[in-house]
Amino acid sequence: MCGIIGFISRDQKLIGGEKIATALNCLRERGNGKGAGYVGYGIYPKYADKYAIHVFLDSSKDYDKIRENVRYTLEKYGYVVKDEEIPVEEGVLEKEYVSWRFFYEFDEKYKPFEEDKMVELVMEINDKIDGAFVFSSGKNLGVFKAAAWPHEVAEYFKIDKYKGWMWISHARYPTNTRGWWGGAHPFNLLNWSVVHNGEITSYGTNKRYVESFGYKCRLFTDTEVVAYLLDLLVRKHKLPIEYAATALAPRFWDEIDRMPEEERKIHEAIRMTYGSAMLNGPFAIIVGTHEGMLFMNGDIEKGNAMFGLTDRIKLRPLVAAEKDDLFFVSSEEAAIRAICPDLDRVWMPDAGKMVIARVNK
Amino acid sequence: MKEITIDAKGMDYRELNEKIHEALRENPDLEKIVLKNVLGQRFIGNGIQKKNLTIEIYGVPGGDLGMFMNGPKIIVYGNTDHAPGNTLDDGVIVIHGSGGDVTGHSMRGGKIFVRDNVGYRSGIHMKEYKDKVPVLVIGGTAKDFLGEYMAGGIIIVLNIDREGNDLGKIKGRFIGTGIHGGSIYIRGDVDRFQLGVAADIKEFTEEDREKIKPYIEEFCKEFGLSDEIKEKLINSKYTKIAPISKRPFGKLYTPDLM
Repeated sequence: MCGIIGFISRDQKLIGGEKIATALNCLRERGNGKGAGYVGYGIYPKYADKYAIHVFLDSSKDYDKIRENVRYTLEKYGYVVKDEEIPVEEGVLEKEYVSWRFFYEFDEKYKPFEEDKMVELVMEINDKIDGAFVFSSGKNLGVFKAAAWPHEVAEYFKIDKYKGWMWISHARYPTNTRGWWGGAHPFNLLNWSVVHNGEITSYGTNKRYVESFGYKCRLFTDTEVVAYLLDLLVRKHKLPIEYAATALAPRFWDEIDRMPEEERKIHEAIRMTYGSAMLNGPFAIIVGTHEGMLFMNGDIEKGNAMFGLTDRIKLRPLVAAEKDDLFFVSSEEAAIRAICPDLDRVWMPDAGKMVIARVNK
Repeated sequence: MKEITIDAKGMDYRELNEKIHEALRENPDLEKIVLKNVLGQRFIGNGIQKKNLTIEIYGVPGGDLGMFMNGPKIIVYGNTDHAPGNTLDDGVIVIHGSGGDVTGHSMRGGKIFVRDNVGYRSGIHMKEYKDKVPVLVIGGTAKDFLGEYMAGGIIIVLNIDREGNDLGKIKGRFIGTGIHGGSIYIRGDVDRFQLGVAADIKEFTEEDREKIKPYIEEFCKEFGLSDEIKEKLINSKYTKIAPISKRPFGKLYTPDLM
């Protein structure tokens, strides 16, 4: 099963984390207490232009040493401006991992290609440093997750102390892989954050595909690969987000055959070029996206967006709703109404077609 | 007591359903249960066997509303989540809003009236036996895979908005995938490419019109639609979708044995 919910204030008003915690708790029945997590965008205004790197450090080992290894790796390319243990409410969870955060800035000479460098650093730490997993690496955002119930994770990480203009969350019911801290959602890379309900049965194909571009899947959960696919398709290959979504959930060939010439050619090209990026299996995902995306007309748009997408034959639920500048996507309408009882509009997005909300400028 | 009200605010679904069953046990002559502030609680009305009972729900109930129910009438003032009327045996579910995915899943009797739209795979696996014929009437539109693996019963899609205006040609695809019994009536035209494997477009006869008329009348009565709209709906052109054969997949695995 799994439950997912996310919301965005298109005017970028800051909203306390207790809202997303209340909403996710409404979906607790869709999980089983083996994983829950939240990501808030805009939560670190003081360090808005620094990378906020959240790392799990295995507490059964000498985590001071692991942490210093992480620091050493980071300092090869830049400077740790500040670092500390992420504040937690002691006694709520058994601390299998110590959650540490580094606010980090690249050296001038790496800045022109700092995003590539950041991806490289995340992969290096997750791959080479035993007992360390980077689970959040964007700017002015942070992931908080653990192997527990939604309300426990919210309490443990004191989610109510943060304010963000976009929040995305997940209650997990692990199926094919074990429930552990790193396997909880959201999965994040740079400003991409993904929560997912379902199974990616094409995981093997997708994993081999992204690994051929240098990404390393080290978190033992299929959803991880979705974050890397989006980074590859949209940030690296500069595909418009709408077409990237089509690569993940392609139109059926008979639908493509009925499209107007130009559109048909584009969809054929996407299916042929990105066959290995296609996600097979049932899924409903919500994605928090990157800044500075290239859109269809070729203009660079500054600003973030959130989108929801299901597999094309709709084997997992997803509803969308709006209220003034707020836009919601969730597994169930009740979770949305738990924090926003009066909605302007509620609808069920079409299967395999992205529903997207962008911030107002 | 003939009527009882339960405030479901903040209540876990187990607690709410226990309260409903307890009220029924303690009040044999109960005729109405009003549930207020319902928000995501699942399994409401499950397995209740009682005629002459109405359950009014204010809010958004969770999945599997009225599952295995036999007899009561549930009226929802709001949308419902997945599978309202799952394996409904008898009784009526009226939804003043939209139904989620798999609305009317495996219905074996009774009726469901949905004022607005339904999600994917609605009417999946509906079945009928002798005089037990389940009916699902949808006021708006249905998403893909309507009547998937349908083995019996009647699905009617009226294709109108809240004011009774026509919504235009339906978009749904894979209609009646794997259907081997029952029939789907969609108001307006449907293209063959919108059908699923094993489904076929059959002639819509006057006999068919007579068959669906009482359910259209009941729909209009439940939602207070005018006589004018009712007449329009009854006299419209419908596309009837029914199985190509009773055993569309009979030869799939054992072609040599047939």
